[in-house]
Amino acid sequence: MSNDWPLWEVFIRSKQGLDHKHVGSLHAADAQMAIENARDVYTRRQEGVSIWVVESKYIHASNPDEAPAFYDPMNDKVYRHPTFYDLPDELKHM
Amino acid sequence: MTDLFKYTVHLADNALILGHRNSEWTGHGPILEQDIAISNIALDLIGQARNFYQYAAQMQEGDRSLSTDVVSEDTLAYLRDAHEFRNCLLVEQPNGDWGATILRQFFFSAYQFYLYGQLQHSKDEMLASIAAKALKEVTYHLRWSAEWVIRLGDGTEESHNRMQHALNDLWKFTGELTQPAAFETQLVKEGISVDLAIIQPLWQEKVTAVLSEATLAGTDAKLDKAWMQTGGKEGRHTEHLGYILAEMQFLQRAYPGSTW
Repeated sequence: MSNDWPLWEVFIRSKQGLDHKHVGSLHAADAQMAIENARDVYTRRQEGVSIWVVESKYIHASNPDEAPAFYDPMNDKVYRHPTFYDLPDELKHM
Repeated sequence: MTDLFKYTVHLADNALILGHRNSEWTGHGPILEQDIAISNIALDLIGQARNFYQYAAQMQEGDRSLSTDVVSEDTLAYLRDAHEFRNCLLVEQPNGDWGATILRQFFFSAYQFYLYGQLQHSKDEMLASIAAKALKEVTYHLRWSAEWVIRLGDGTEESHNRMQHALNDLWKFTGELTQPAAFETQLVKEGISVDLAIIQPLWQEKVTAVLSEATLAGTDAKLDKAWMQTGGKEGRHTEHLGYILAEMQFLQRAYPGSTW
């Protein structure tokens, strides 16, 4: 069965959370089954209140070999961070 | 033994026996996610059984006609014999293959969905609150099992044949679900139990729709006129219940009062 059923990546948002986090993967025949399987497997212990499932083949990831070219150039560009503003003390939640 | 006690125990027994049957799949499911799904459903059902048994045990407190001193959810579940159980015959049927199991679940969950939908308005507050909580669980059981019936019924030639086989076997046990026992009829007058005449057409409509989408012979005239097995609510069971209880009750009977 799992030879024919595609693999799906599962993302769950917790009750307090704002974003869906990746929690694992599962096999299912279609999207509806994938959501039910995710509900049965990944929300048993109240892990979340919202489920996203995406077929694994639609996830495109960056290549770790390209990491130096992708990410190292940011190390010495500190001017891109918004850290030079003087915030008044009254602003508590910036 | 009051009608309310019989009714509560009937509701509990249904849930316990089907929960036990479903738990027989744990570790043996066809694929990981469905093993977990059926185990979850078993847990939900056993949870419902506990709620009903605890309520029934409360009713028995101080009843001097009983032979045991302590009456609890455990004595009700583990120390009664087959003829004292009031579950419907459907839930004690063997699991068979996956198709038979999900079909049995679908028939039963459709019944529970409409039953609890009504029972949550019962004049008995405890039954009403148990039903309200259980309704959420059962809403999912119904959705899950109905989809599997359709998937397997309208599936490959093999899955369709297996489902048709299961339907031929199980159909005769579905009539009892909506045939009231004497204690049910009595309690309807007091606004406590569900009038099964209300939910029978709802159950029929849902089942017909799903079986039809699953390309199974649900609207077949032969099924409409089929003879129905009954007796479970009065303690007359198929040969299966004895074996179920032997397995389920062995530990508590061999080592009374044992705990983890």
